[in-house]
Amino acid sequence: MKKISKAKIDELFKAISAKETLYIPVDDSEGQAAFIPYAEGLKMSEDLNTVRSAKDLFFPQVESLVNFKMDGKHIEIIDAATEKKPFVIFGVRACDARSFDILDRVFYYAEPKDSFYIERRDKSTVVTLACNAPEETCFCGAFGIDPAEPAGDVSAWQDGESFFFKANTEKGEALLAGLPLEDAADDAADKVKEDIRKITAMLPLKDLDLSKFGPGKTQELFNDPAWATLSESCLGCGTCTFVCPTCQCFDIRDFDGGKEIRRYRCWDSCMYSDFTQMSAGQPRPTQKERFRQRFMHKLVYYPDMHEGLFSCVGCGRCLRKCPIHMNIVKVIKTIGEEK
Amino acid sequence: MQVDKNWTPTIVAFCCNWCSYAGADLSGNNRLSYPANVKIIRIPCSCRLNPMFILRAFQRGADGVILCGCHPGDCHYTTGNYYARRRMTLLFSMLDYLGIEKERTRVEWVSAAEGAKFAATMNEFVEAVTALGENKRLEDFRCKQ
Amino acid sequence: MQAVIKKKAIELLESGTVNRVLGWKAGEFFYDLTPAVFTTPEQIEKDFVYSVFSGANMSKYLIDESKKEGKVAAFIKPCDGYSFVQLQKEHRIVRENIYAVGLACDGMCDMREIREAGIKGVTSVEEDGETLKIGTIYGEKTMAKKDALLERCVHCKSKKVVDCDEMIGENGEENRDCGRFDEVEKLEAMSPDERFAFWRSQLSRCIRCNACREVCPACSCVKCVFDNPNSGIAQKAAASDFEENNFHIIRAFHVAGRCTDCGECSRVCPEHIPLHLLNRKFIKDMNELYGFYQAGADFESKPPVMNYTTGDAEPSIVYARGGDK
Repeated sequence: MKKISKAKIDELFKAISAKETLYIPVDDSEGQAAFIPYAEGLKMSEDLNTVRSAKDLFFPQVESLVNFKMDGKHIEIIDAATEKKPFVIFGVRACDARSFDILDRVFYYAEPKDSFYIERRDKSTVVTLACNAPEETCFCGAFGIDPAEPAGDVSAWQDGESFFFKANTEKGEALLAGLPLEDAADDAADKVKEDIRKITAMLPLKDLDLSKFGPGKTQELFNDPAWATLSESCLGCGTCTFVCPTCQCFDIRDFDGGKEIRRYRCWDSCMYSDFTQMSAGQPRPTQKERFRQRFMHKLVYYPDMHEGLFSCVGCGRCLRKCPIHMNIVKVIKTIGEEK
Repeated sequence: MQVDKNWTPTIVAFCCNWCSYAGADLSGNNRLSYPANVKIIRIPCSCRLNPMFILRAFQRGADGVILCGCHPGDCHYTTGNYYARRRMTLLFSMLDYLGIEKERTRVEWVSAAEGAKFAATMNEFVEAVTALGENKRLEDFRCKQ
Repeated sequence: MQAVIKKKAIELLESGTVNRVLGWKAGEFFYDLTPAVFTTPEQIEKDFVYSVFSGANMSKYLIDESKKEGKVAAFIKPCDGYSFVQLQKEHRIVRENIYAVGLACDGMCDMREIREAGIKGVTSVEEDGETLKIGTIYGEKTMAKKDALLERCVHCKSKKVVDCDEMIGENGEENRDCGRFDEVEKLEAMSPDERFAFWRSQLSRCIRCNACREVCPACSCVKCVFDNPNSGIAQKAAASDFEENNFHIIRAFHVAGRCTDCGECSRVCPEHIPLHLLNRKFIKDMNELYGFYQAGADFESKPPVMNYTTGDAEPSIVYARGGDK
């Protein structure tokens, strides 16, 4: 294990950013945290989590795929992919770290492979940070995530004086090797971990019961009458999907700029009325079906395809940001408590 | 602002069918000249101008947008230009509020008999927009190549 | 207040005046209330909540609810009331199917303000006069209620419920000197470059979730222009700076004259973009140029953008007014 005193954290950031782009969570003018490239003078956010998740850095909201130029009957096809540079993300929480595993199964390992995503994943080093102060909206424990033991290439902990680092992968080792860090005992962060576990034991949502959900539950839950009441007040905005670290749906669109046509992909939301719309119409005609799709995907369909792994990480973003406060916890409790 | 000497702005002029479009026609008949970078789009009435048309014109490369309609009181549909007047006032004020140069947008009332006014207005507007330089604040990089 | 409202709701159901009640339903915590329709007294007893977190403007739900079978009871706070009347003026809701109970309101709180004051892990909030007693997993905290208010309540424009069948609490008055245009004036006094930089820094954070549009009682089009795939506008992606500007200008413009300044757009924005400053700019301009107008304040007046006088200011007035200071 390595360590550095908190007073010297800027030195560490400078050392990393001298080699590669370094993303750290920073508060913007309205106090909203976001991962942005480190520059001298930037302070790391005190917030537990960023508004948008860390998935943005691998799977950005908008991404150019290919451009076309028309000249009479001739079409020139221009590859819009640009070479990605290696980068480091610092301060990813345990929940977001798990979300990378969930996205990897879709974009990295499954066919067809997503070359944009893969390139970014391969060229990134993820430094996670344990959560010293989890909040009431946190329920990562329900998905077997321990905020005291975050995954990633390097795991980090902080106490009053220092940051502690432990490399988990070769990429992590390589990153730490070149940095101005001191050696620390292997159990240096144990006190921090213990404190964190004391707090997680007090969290109000720690006992969320997921036994009603998981692989093979489609038939049982699909026609549950509770979907109608749960979705009744849903506005049909995309906030929950856009702040979610595991939502992975996207749309591919063309933009005709006059001189050039750009084909790009952008995040899509199952909450939108035009989601998966086909020439024959909309397979999910009302908000009830769209709402059900979102939660069934996270809690049943995805686990069906991926050995029971839920595609929710309990980060609590949707609990905080939904305009009408309908969220996955209410869905799990309402449907889970029935019968 | 550094302005390229050879650069000329692209101007979109929305002209109402009944007065201003005829005014433009008259200025041509009278052999009056105005710069060729003014592109006229004919609309049935000045109040047909959806604010989105103006934004879209800027997106697709316009450096200035001007709306020409009948003089207030002379609208072919009686009241259309009164509504257009309020809408454009509010829109231009909003663009200014967002920090977009207000000199890039303008409304002029040009009747079918005012060919000379049409040419003079266009000359003056092109000059004003040339002095401002390229539209950077409402451009869309995807339309610029 | 909550006890009185619940009693009224149950009374209306039991007397058969209405067959359902639109209200706020308890969530996991004390603050995450969800709009819901209650059909039995038992449900109301169990889950109906009215607290400082009942900020959601429910009048938009009445568009659908008032078209269903039977009467629905709705609890209308003063600012919801303006939207309620405005929607009636636009013939979007069927007034006969609604039993409206007006509520006197002295301000709603915003969880975001509490969190931004550095109070984390909140598990309970109790109103104790002018202070909020806040229980957290890290111990008890207190905060002045006035520091936790929603932006719209800080500059409360009116405590008057315009239209209701009965009132709970005393009906209040409009307050035109509420200072809601102060922020707009500050922006107007900046140079265009500063304003441009301000709005870029705000609008560039937009994630195009469309929450501002979906929650807005004035945005009641069945199909929005931004949802038309043939319009050439990406409604779910901030694909360029232009798209962000375009969306927010058009959104604000389309509700100009109908926007009651209920502040829901800013409340729901996940990125905390001060969208109300766009709406208020239009309101301020209309007030100055065409005379004071409050959307939803009455049933007769015409919104300024659907009206004119022959002596209106010319658009060139914009060149002469502020902005270059």
